[in-house]
Amino acid sequence: MADKYEIRLCGYGGQGIILAGFIIGQAATVYEHRHAVFTQDYGPEARGGACRADVIISGDPVLYPYVDTPAVLVAMSQEAYGKYIPRVRKDTLVIYDEDLVKPDLDAKGRMLSMPARKIALAIGRIAVANVVMLGFFTAATKALSTDAVKQSILTAVPKATGKLNMSAFEEGYAAAMKLGAGR
Amino acid sequence: MSSNGQVSGEFFLSGDEACAEGALAAGCRFFAGYPITPATEIAEHMSERLPEVGGTYIQMEDELASMAAVLGAAWGGAKAMTATSGPGFSLMMENIGLGVMLETPCVVVDIQRAGPSTGLPTLTGQGDMMQARWGSHGPYSIIALSPSSPQEIFDLTIKAFNLSEKYRVPVLLMSEEAIGHMYEKVMIPPWEKIEVYPRRKPKVPPQEYLPFVPDDDMVPPMAIAGEGFKFHVTGLTHDERGYPVMTPEAQDKLVRRLVDKIEKNRADIIEVEENGIDGAEVVVCSYGISARVSAIAIEKARASGIRVGLLRLITAWPFPTERVREVARNIKTFIVPEINYGQMVFEVERAAAGRAETVLVPHMGGAVHDPQTILDAIKQAVK
Repeated sequence: MADKYEIRLCGYGGQGIILAGFIIGQAATVYEHRHAVFTQDYGPEARGGACRADVIISGDPVLYPYVDTPAVLVAMSQEAYGKYIPRVRKDTLVIYDEDLVKPDLDAKGRMLSMPARKIALAIGRIAVANVVMLGFFTAATKALSTDAVKQSILTAVPKATGKLNMSAFEEGYAAAMKLGAGR
Repeated sequence: MSSNGQVSGEFFLSGDEACAEGALAAGCRFFAGYPITPATEIAEHMSERLPEVGGTYIQMEDELASMAAVLGAAWGGAKAMTATSGPGFSLMMENIGLGVMLETPCVVVDIQRAGPSTGLPTLTGQGDMMQARWGSHGPYSIIALSPSSPQEIFDLTIKAFNLSEKYRVPVLLMSEEAIGHMYEKVMIPPWEKIEVYPRRKPKVPPQEYLPFVPDDDMVPPMAIAGEGFKFHVTGLTHDERGYPVMTPEAQDKLVRRLVDKIEKNRADIIEVEENGIDGAEVVVCSYGISARVSAIAIEKARASGIRVGLLRLITAWPFPTERVREVARNIKTFIVPEINYGQMVFEVERAAAGRAETVLVPHMGGAVHDPQTILDAIKQAVK
């Protein structure tokens, strides 16, 4: 299944990692009419501790719903990075928040650092760091269309925060373009 | 969403949410339950959605009361459901038996987690499959379905309601955490396009109505409280009037009919999915999430030249004995992966009756199988 695209997002509980996974899956299915499966680490910890969201996007229905070594790893905490970096391939794109993760220089994968947390703070709401990351992810991977991701964000976040989330997305997207990471 | 609470179209839903939407689309208008991981999202979703379609949601004090309320609602005319996981399923068993005895249509969802007891509350399992069949006391038959995706949990929840109305029996939807918490695309058709089996109401006037006189398919029509029909129902062995009769003869007549109305309609009830069974040497017989995990092992085995098929149990109970027996004649081995230490494998073995070897690939729970363990079992079987 060559067209399978496997994404792993990780961080700590409360950062909106799970919501970001849902947004990607919903963008692929409802707004791009492809197939996707989204699974998550489901544990008793609501906040803190490493959490993980896995999304597989495919043109065909996905039989096996789990990710072994993803094409993209997005890491938003040191603990989660440490936990999941051993399970990447040479060609895995590893996107991490420069304030939250100190990368392992011996690790496999193509490392790409970005400032989701800084951008979110500049916008005035740390809570949108996940959406900043989604913007960066969209520009850097081109796994999904910008429109689909934006629509998916708007249906997934509280209505009153739509505008804020859109600017978070745009800022993240622009950051990737500025870094030359946008493809 | 339209003004009457109907939704249709393409959604990205968890299995739990899809189950709740399937219930609403099937006409479920009553839910009584007690929250339990990993089934809580069904209750949550029903608590939001039922008021929008004019239904009733009650959070009960426990699972015993939940099941009792569901039976009562069904006798009051509602299509009713509850959802739970292993520990709650155990508590529901007595009243599920009452539902069987009173021939009460309703749906019980078990989003299985790893047991026994409280086990691993947040992690997956398939350890309640035999409990689904035999968990309540006394001789009886029951219907249980096993979905493999959020879309199928939507479809099978509707089917569960339809079968429960048609055969007047509690229908058990046996899913698991892995499906309940998995998100996928779910197509919800316009509700008017969904086939819904209505309540089998009496065709005679109230003065001629006897509540347990069956139709030709052994299922009696069901009066609803408040519509002018006088009736009495009891968990005691009863006659066609519904009154207790304490004799072996009445017991024989009633129990035979309760079992036969399911077993003699097996062909109408049972559904399986088959893939590549013709010419196969090995067949993987599985269900739920384990069937999906098996699929990747099957793919790899076929790539290395092994002729292997998949027999997926969509209906777990009644068990598709006839089909398994037929397949057993032409293959060498059944491989049965399940997330327990052997449950449905005993049925496969019984049905195969020595014509094919039966190999269990167990997983004690808390995760799904590594597909490699299933692949190894397939390879071992053709050695």
